[in-house]
Amino acid sequence: MSARTPALPRAGRWVADHVVMTVALLVLGYMFLPIFFVVLMSFNDPVSRLTYEFDAFTWDNWTNPCQSPGMCSSVVTSLQIGFLATLGATLLGTLVAFALVRHRFRGRAGTSLLIFLPMATPEVVMGSSLLALFSSVGLAGRLGFWSILVAHIMFCLSFVVVTVKARLTGLDSTLEQAAMDLYANEWQAFWRVTFPLVFPGILAAALLSFSLSFDDFIVTNFNHGNTITFPMFVWGSAQRGIPPQVNVVGTVMFLIALVLVAGGTLVQRRRAR
Amino acid sequence: MSAVQTGAVVGGSLGPHTDRVEPRHKGSRTGYLLLLPGMLWLLLFFAVPTIQLLATSLYDPNGSLESGYAMTWHFGTYLDVLSAYRAPFLRSLGYAVSATVLALVFGYPLAYAIAFKAGRWRNLMLVLVIAPFFTSFLVRTLAWKSILADNGFIVSGLQAVHVLGPDGRLLATSVAVVTGLTYNFLPFMVLPIYASLEKIDLRLVEAGKDLYANGVTSFRKITLPLSMPGVVAGTLLTFIPAAGDYINAQLLGTPQQYMIGNVIDNTFLVQLDYPVAAACSVILMAAIVLMVLVYVRRAGTEDLL
Repeated sequence: MSARTPALPRAGRWVADHVVMTVALLVLGYMFLPIFFVVLMSFNDPVSRLTYEFDAFTWDNWTNPCQSPGMCSSVVTSLQIGFLATLGATLLGTLVAFALVRHRFRGRAGTSLLIFLPMATPEVVMGSSLLALFSSVGLAGRLGFWSILVAHIMFCLSFVVVTVKARLTGLDSTLEQAAMDLYANEWQAFWRVTFPLVFPGILAAALLSFSLSFDDFIVTNFNHGNTITFPMFVWGSAQRGIPPQVNVVGTVMFLIALVLVAGGTLVQRRRAR
Repeated sequence: MSAVQTGAVVGGSLGPHTDRVEPRHKGSRTGYLLLLPGMLWLLLFFAVPTIQLLATSLYDPNGSLESGYAMTWHFGTYLDVLSAYRAPFLRSLGYAVSATVLALVFGYPLAYAIAFKAGRWRNLMLVLVIAPFFTSFLVRTLAWKSILADNGFIVSGLQAVHVLGPDGRLLATSVAVVTGLTYNFLPFMVLPIYASLEKIDLRLVEAGKDLYANGVTSFRKITLPLSMPGVVAGTLLTFIPAAGDYINAQLLGTPQQYMIGNVIDNTFLVQLDYPVAAACSVILMAAIVLMVLVYVRRAGTEDLL
């Protein structure tokens, strides 16, 4: 850094060094303001259901999070759907990623387009398309857990393909060849060499899928029938005033995400060393 | 990080990618088998529904869910929809463009600071950018309701400095909706810009300085053009979901702020008027595809500076 000092006028350098960082910290503040309020409101003891202000401090929301009727069962539903959608999307997406990187096949352009388009389509269009399809085949009255799951696997799949593919392309395939030279059969070479090396990419894809699925509102809203996921619960209660326990779930999700992301970064840094 | 190190890292990570297209020779059938389940899923639950949406928009508008819809190739629905919902359509585009521009203005300095100024705090700042992204979208958007509330600290502050009148408010205005949209999609702007800034070979910037470019010139002629792929990706990733969003308009606005997403949601799920709702969806999709194509062509071929 000091090497390029002379070329820059001192004022310009000060601006570059401090103003940019100050703006960046302000923007980070903007990004964290709502989180701060979510944490704050999780300790709120509201005077009425329709209030959005902090009235009084209480631990009750944390000690009895399930007091809000229907909330905990909606969290359980979201966890179930999130888990199954992650499993399905990660499995299907990983297979597609392997095919794309390691195999020759016809129709590559069409395949890539079909993977790319769901990521470029607004959720409201995807959700309404699925509803149009389900009702055209007479399933409109039977929507529920299964239709949410089908939809979630669909929109998570592309993200899995892209994530795993990125990891796989960066991988040196001579390692597998080396294993085969050492008389590993194809199966052994895959499970002992390739899979462990690709695993971080698959794990990242699974985490991404889970968070996409757990948090999805728009697509779910079109295809949920009578099944209530956590975002559906929040949406429904937003009309009647949200229970403060919702903020407890929001805070817990934030903490888990923070621990996972920070842990991942640490592991990565240790590996790099 | 020194320039040489950066160069090595970039060279190391980019180098092998270029000649990696060496699909396995054997078992061409395995490839199809691996593709089959995933692609079938996307075909059945993404491609077919999209076609069904198109078909639904052309159904006889006099049908209903109970009596069923007849396919009459009724293109008139599109004209009706365009005249009936012109305001929400224009509002969607206006809000989405404003949110994208604001996200760029906020996101670029943040990405720049993380890439070049953060030093050992770089990873921490990246984590901080990603972390809110994993929390519930709806809960965070509802938090803005508290932040922008009529007696909240922001409104009181703005009233104290006379930016807002004594009865002025933020909640239930366009400002609130655009604030929410910008906030919700900001990480989608920051991450791609960071990714392309981080790849820049700092030796180029140093070479510019050797040729007597000052900080502003070298930013304008070197850093900014090299970060354009990230800017293009970021603006698309922000614009597309923002144009289709209706959560912010619903929670932070009033029916006067409703976007086309609110119309689609309402006509599909409350009024059960499928042809009209489908036509709105198709128009939204078409408008987005058109704008994206024009934008990508502009950003791709013409020198922006």
